[in-house]
Amino acid sequence: MSLQVAMQGDVLVIAVDGPLIVGNRQELKQLVLDRVEDGVRKVVIDFAGTAYIDSSGLGVLVSLAKRLRELGGDLRLASLSDDLLTLFELTKLDALFQIAASRERALEGF
Amino acid sequence: MTAPVALELRVPSDVGRIEEIVTAVVQRCRQHAFTGRQLALNVPVALTEALSNAMLRGNGEDRAKEVRVRAVVDASRLVVEVEDEGTGFDLEGCTGDPTTPEALAREDGRGLFLMRALMDEVRCERGAGTIVRLTLHRR
Repeated sequence: MSLQVAMQGDVLVIAVDGPLIVGNRQELKQLVLDRVEDGVRKVVIDFAGTAYIDSSGLGVLVSLAKRLRELGGDLRLASLSDDLLTLFELTKLDALFQIAASRERALEGF
Repeated sequence: MTAPVALELRVPSDVGRIEEIVTAVVQRCRQHAFTGRQLALNVPVALTEALSNAMLRGNGEDRAKEVRVRAVVDASRLVVEVEDEGTGFDLEGCTGDPTTPEALAREDGRGLFLMRALMDEVRCERGAGTIVRLTLHRR
């Protein structure tokens, strides 16, 4: 997995390339938490390059969303494949996240 | 007709090794024309859960302990066994539902749920360690 990071205004945008799983989830979590320490409160994670996410990857997303919301911010997800959307529906996590069809849509009104 | 494909390997309890194992099993399922969703979702997620469970819970992250993976794929199904060196855990006793409103905000507790949701059968038995056997029929 690799992460590409950019700021769009006050929104941190992270593109994940590769699966988000137990062996690499900490890298994403630490990256976001470091930026939160620096004052970032809005984050979009773009999964266009991600084939699958395991339960620990989902756990990291839940954890980050919780932290950002505690601070008055939020985490939005973008560009999930149909298979990834199914994963979020199976776990009912689609109710916990704002999921946008694209990075651009995720940034709208954020 | 494509012959059954067997994959057998032993790896240390290093979660960094999971992706390559998953890739190898998915590749064998692709040879037998499993569906796109099975290749992209069911197999990789469920197998990742079984492997991480074996490495983290079964073997307690002890890299001196190994996980054995044995996969057999034919035109009708995938059967993959993941065996750790642990003393066992009660798979059948893990019935928590992570999709309830109370559980939704929890960070953990979805692994077994996903294995069961994405496989046709999940069985657990005792061998030298704990063996989790996942079965998925080709659609």
